[in-house]
Formats: sequence, structure tokens, C-alpha cells
Amino acid sequence: MEPSFLLDEVVPALNDGLVLSLLLIIPSACLGLAMGIIAGTLRIFGPAWSSELAKWYTTIFRGTPLVVQLFILYFGLPNLGIYLEPYLAAVIGFTLCSGAYHSEYIRGALLSIKRGQVLAAQSLGFSTWKTMLCIIIPQALRRALPGCGNELIYLIKYSSLAYIVTCIELTGEGKILASKTFRFTEVFMAVGAYYLALVSLATLGLQKLERVLAVPGFGKNPS
Amino acid sequence: MTDNTLLRVESLSKDLGGKTILNDVSLQMATGDLKVLIGPSGGGKSTLLQCINLLIFPDEGRIWLGGREVSFRKKREVLAFRQQIGMIFQDFNLFDHLNAMDNVAIALRKVKRMSRLSAEKRATEELERVGLGDKRGLYPAELSGGQKQRVSIARALAMDPVLLLLDEPTSALDPELIGEVLSVIRSLSQRNITMLMATHQVGFARTLAQEILFMEHGRIIEQGHPMTLLAKDNPVASRTMDFCTKLSEIYGESG
Repeated sequence: MEPSFLLDEVVPALNDGLVLSLLLIIPSACLGLAMGIIAGTLRIFGPAWSSELAKWYTTIFRGTPLVVQLFILYFGLPNLGIYLEPYLAAVIGFTLCSGAYHSEYIRGALLSIKRGQVLAAQSLGFSTWKTMLCIIIPQALRRALPGCGNELIYLIKYSSLAYIVTCIELTGEGKILASKTFRFTEVFMAVGAYYLALVSLATLGLQKLERVLAVPGFGKNPS
Repeated sequence: MTDNTLLRVESLSKDLGGKTILNDVSLQMATGDLKVLIGPSGGGKSTLLQCINLLIFPDEGRIWLGGREVSFRKKREVLAFRQQIGMIFQDFNLFDHLNAMDNVAIALRKVKRMSRLSAEKRATEELERVGLGDKRGLYPAELSGGQKQRVSIARALAMDPVLLLLDEPTSALDPELIGEVLSVIRSLSQRNITMLMATHQVGFARTLAQEILFMEHGRIIEQGHPMTLLAKDNPVASRTMDFCTKLSEIYGESG
């Protein structure tokens, strides 16, 4: 690949796409994690109806392909009179899908926390809500972090599906440029390199976060 | 009911999984009392203690604290009630993600809504009182069993409870660590803190308790002053005496 093609055409196009990709990934990651915490917590500690609801949510969004979910959100909902912008449809789809996977990591982490932690908090007068917020979730998140990090990395890569609902992000820009120039190999290798860089940054960030949150007994050996 | 009755528990019953765990249990505690629950495992001691501060809701029965009946239905009242009753667990149940200081301070901040500064000041005082002032930065994973239990005592006392319930506080400890916890509990009794304690420490019960309640099959089947129940020349061989003799044979005279 000659440098001028790379610098004059590939990099500017992919940089545009990268901005949109980040605008898709960052909110979806945050909202997805929040969704996962809510669904996972309801599964274990919620009243029966809510735990059942969370279970159905997980079953549906883990059980169907993300592409199908995006198609329904973008092409299906207009039949019901709901029109979503491509960007919004993608963020909603990613959030719901990501949340379903997060909820299972969170559920596993919650199951590993002993009932005594809840009893101790309640015996001190903590309400159920505060017990969750101050005692249980901080512990569960530390345990779930490796899994949730995995999910973030998946999200970075499946954000490439947004171009299917006409939200032209990194992969979309690459596809357009490749079709225009017929230089599929170069363009998609560059796209791949962008994702690899994103994932590597996320991995570094997650490692740092794990180090910051580690306490003796949670990811750090007692000194 | 006399004036200084702090806690009155009447006819508590609880079934769990089709089995009767508590069967019509009643008791009273006066301010400053130290009463001891003794009895075989599975006899209902833990369930009784957890029913008294409503960690488990009894199926039947009533509870009065300081002359006021506690309503089990009103959430806010239950939370306020639990706050006034400290609980010490057999396996400590320290919050594993918090260091010793935060374990004591967190309820002060989140439940009593104290500022971080005053909560930490109070937490430091309580930790110093149990001899752990220098350990406040350590996490539960870095503390010995005896130290963990002392932190949990500090955590309970920081909330200024009117009554402390202790559920076999030394049963999960190595023999050489039992002493440090018992000596803290002894100092609490000198401070006139009202305590109801399930234990197998017969020696401790004999010297400090005003009353021994012997529980078996979900009922209190014997109760009385240790001098009466455990008297060597008791004409009627009590079930308590029998049980305690067996414990002493296993754990030695100190047990």
C-alpha cells in the first residue's frame, strides 16, 4: 500500500468512522453495564416477578442474533409507528444485548457473595436498597470485572454491526472506501488495525481499573 | 413487667421448611443483663437470636423494646429497631471489601448519616477500645479470626445499641484466639452493656451470666442462675448440667 493512499484516503475516512464508533461504544458500554447490574441484581434479590422478567430479558437478548435485534429496532419498529434514528437504534440494540451478557456475569458474582454479608448489613439497620448499593454491588462488581471486561471487548467489535442500520461508523466507512477503490485488502487491514488498537487500549484500561479496585481478598493477596 | 425491662419477647414461633425451629419461646432482658443461651446445635439458638432483631420474621409472637411493641409490618420501624440491636455473628461477617475502619464507619455514615470525619473519629475510638487502633487500615483478609470478631464487636457498638446479641462469637475461632474475644466481651459486661449470647463457653457462662437459658428442640427447657443450674450438689440432675459436663469433657475445664 503506497503511503499516499493510506494517509490521504484511508486514515481520514477511518478517523471519521472512529469518532462515531466511540460515540456508539462508550454510551452503550456504560448503559449496558447499568442494565446488567439491574437485571443481574433483580435475578438474585428482586421480587419473584422482577426476577422472572430479568430472566426473560436475558433469554431473549442472549438468545437471538444481534443483527436480528438491530433489524427489528430499525426496520421493524416503524411498523408500530416508532421511528428510531440509526444512531439511537444502534445504541439501544447494543445496550440491551450487552446488558443481557453483563447480567450473567453480575449474577454469578452475586451468587458468590455469602448471605452473611446481607445479614450483617441488615443487622446494622441498612435498608435493602442501601445493602445492595453499599455492600453487595461493590463486592460483586469486583468479582465480575474480568467477565464484564470481556463483554466490553466484544462490544467494541460488535459495534461494527451498526453500519447495517446505516449508522456509518468505522467498518461502514471502510466498506464504502473499499467499494469505491476496490482495495479491500488494504482498507480492511487498516480497519482491523483500528479495532486492534481500540481493544488494546480497553484492555490496558481494564487492567488499570482492576488494579485500582483491588483490595486484599478481592483480586489482591493479603500482604 | 418491671420498670427496667428492656426487651420482652413473647411466644415466638418459627417454622422453616416444614420443621418447627422455634416453639413458643419467651424471654425478658433487663438493662445490664448478661444472659446466655446454651444447648445443642440445631436447638434453635441462632434462629431465636435472628428472630429477636427481625433478621428472620417470626411466624408468631410479639416483641417489646423499652415498653414499646415493635410492629413487624412497618419497614421503617423494623429498620430503626434493628439499628438499636447489635448482632455479632459466629463467622464475623465483616464487609470483605472494606478495611477495619470502614467496616465500623460505613453504617455510621450510611445509616446514621454522620459525616465521614465524625464517623471515622467514632470508628477509631471503637477500634481502639477493642485493642485494634493500629489495625484500622487492614482488610478482613489480613486479620486473624480473633481480630475480625473484635472488629465486628466494634462495628456493632459504634451504633450505640441498647442490646447486643451474640451468636456463638467464639465458635469459629482457634482455641488460642478465643481468649482475646472473651476478654473484650467481659469488658462489655463490666460496662453494663445488655447482652444475650449463645455460646458453648461454659466457664464464661458460669462466671458472668445472670441467667442461663437452655434451648433444645426450639424451646427453652431450663432456665436459671448458673449457680443453681450448674450446682454440683443439685438434687435434680439438670439437662443443662448434663450438657455442660459433656462440653467440659470435650474442651477441658476452661471450655
